[in-house]
Amino acid sequence: MAAPELLSDEGYRADGRRPAELRKIRARMGVFAQADGSAYIEQGNTKALAVVYGPHEMRGSRSKALPDRALVNCQYSVATFGTSERRRRPRGDRQTGELALQLQQTFEAAILTQLHPRSQIDIYVQILQADGGNYCAGVNAATLAVMDAGIPMRDYVCACSAGLAEDTPLADLSSPEEAAGGPRLVLALLPASGQIALLQLSARLHQERLETVLEAAGQACRALHAVLDRVVRERLREVTALLGD
Amino acid sequence: MKATPLSNCERRFLLRAIEERKRLDGRQCYDYRNVRISFGADYGCCIVELGKTRVLAQVSCELVPPKPNRPTEGILFFNLELSPMAAPGFEPGRQSELLVKLNRLIERCLRNSRCIDTESLCVVAGEKVWQIRLDLHLLNHDGNIIDAASIAGIVALCHFRRPDVSVQGEEVTVYTPEERDPVPLSIHHMPICVSFAFFQQGTYLLVDPSEREERVMDGLLVIAMNKHREICTIQSSGGIMLVKDQVLRCSKITAVKVAEITELIQKALENDHKVRKEGGKFGFAESIPNQKITAFKMESAAVNTNNVEEQAEEIITKADPPSEVFAKPILHTPGTAQIGEGIENSWGDLEESEKEEAAEEEGESEATAFECQTMETEDTSTMRETKKDEPIVLSDSEEEEVVILEPQELPRKTRTQTNLKQENTSKKAFNKRRRKKRAAY
Repeated sequence: MAAPELLSDEGYRADGRRPAELRKIRARMGVFAQADGSAYIEQGNTKALAVVYGPHEMRGSRSKALPDRALVNCQYSVATFGTSERRRRPRGDRQTGELALQLQQTFEAAILTQLHPRSQIDIYVQILQADGGNYCAGVNAATLAVMDAGIPMRDYVCACSAGLAEDTPLADLSSPEEAAGGPRLVLALLPASGQIALLQLSARLHQERLETVLEAAGQACRALHAVLDRVVRERLREVTALLGD
Repeated sequence: MKATPLSNCERRFLLRAIEERKRLDGRQCYDYRNVRISFGADYGCCIVELGKTRVLAQVSCELVPPKPNRPTEGILFFNLELSPMAAPGFEPGRQSELLVKLNRLIERCLRNSRCIDTESLCVVAGEKVWQIRLDLHLLNHDGNIIDAASIAGIVALCHFRRPDVSVQGEEVTVYTPEERDPVPLSIHHMPICVSFAFFQQGTYLLVDPSEREERVMDGLLVIAMNKHREICTIQSSGGIMLVKDQVLRCSKITAVKVAEITELIQKALENDHKVRKEGGKFGFAESIPNQKITAFKMESAAVNTNNVEEQAEEIITKADPPSEVFAKPILHTPGTAQIGEGIENSWGDLEESEKEEAAEEEGESEATAFECQTMETEDTSTMRETKKDEPIVLSDSEEEEVVILEPQELPRKTRTQTNLKQENTSKKAFNKRRRKKRAAY
């Protein structure tokens, strides 16, 4: 199966971006009044919505409450209309189950859970349109939502995907680039310390190329961090202006 | 059934040992346990033992219509099952987080890496393709399920033979194994997973964690690679914070380990092929060694005991001095001795006295332990002649006869002394009950 050319001769990708360029990011915080924290993010055509409830008392079985920290409960679902072919169910299959587990793992490491023992923090991520980098958009939306809810975190959690076209690393893959079958690296980073909260690689990548792709993903995450930071500060300015200083 | 939680002292012990670069089974930080591969009688069936972790893999095939969006490709189906046979903590039927994680890892490792050529599984485009199903069963859980499962999976796939098919126009003929030799699958490369366990926020790293080490680890990094040094999948889990250098270092270690394991797999496959061709015996029944008497056979492991003595000194100097040893036992009757003074008996309330009786019995059984020790240290004969108690028959005692056993000369052996201890406690119990009943009536 011939893969479509990921990088043209002039060095442009299929959608006109440069190899290290991210897609256009639009983000809003405080989308829902009901939830403690909510955020909406668009990365190119990928649209993700995240809602946070918490910290609140344990729902369901009290026995699962952890005595020294909060429990982070995550749900990841892709809307049935989100993909080009209609999905049979938004969640419940293995893939979304795994992604929900990974979300939980990422945020358990980033949120200061020791401050809220015996309580629960719920994070719900809904992908409204899946056009590549779905999980990354979900993580970015969840970061903004957790900040909107006022839950203290170690740092922003910025996630980005990266791939390889011949020898050039590509940042922020779109859906056709992902489907081309090349290697795809998903990285969730805490930018200030450079610590990796989640690392996932699919499809074959030679060991020697690993460093370049990791570096490219890291750079993309830092660029994303700058954008998210701007959004948060903008929101803060808005809210303080509304509250009247 | 809920898994037994790990005790705090065991956890501390494991973490301290890891800090000093020591593992429980004597391995080095980057060492794998022994890998044993054995094949079943049928093609496509194998058992892999990684230390004590055992995984059974079985490959089967079926002719089915293909998926509508991929009419010329065969279908691969992977399934890993955790049964309560492997560990008591696994429950049947409930999809736990671990199961989802393992299944997804196996799928990504074997499917997304395109190790099997799916186009060669096509028989009639759009109508009939081969569906290859790989079932993995965990038989025993001693840590690092994913490595064992990935090795078992790829070995079974390499070992498997599917029936030969010929297509003439519209007719499709599937030959049985007797008519034509079955055909192996076309496998491009062999991806193998290597697990790294991180401890103390990423400071210490271990390859191939055992079950105990898995319980105290902070997180796990799995890297799947083939022998051409192509990474097939990387997955970090458990909420550890990694740094880029650690990931790169792990990938280098993986390359070395995968080369070793791939060689082992090739050798095992060749051996089995040779045995089958020569008409020798093969199958699981042959590969189970006959010399094992029980299941618990430990292979000797070299453990580094260099710093042991010094540490023992440390602990001994820190420990409290032993409590005072009472030197002189007071013997009331033959076989009854008193060391120290007990608390005062309160004869009034029966319930209270029962509790005290239990406490006294405990206290006195400890006393007898001391007694045994002091008897060892003393040179004089242990039995002194004191006044004998006549056996007194109680009025409505349920015991038919109260017998006091005559003391005998006891040789200085531990066994007899423990017998004596038992005799003493039982006799003391007798005497006490007798005394109490006497007082009550």
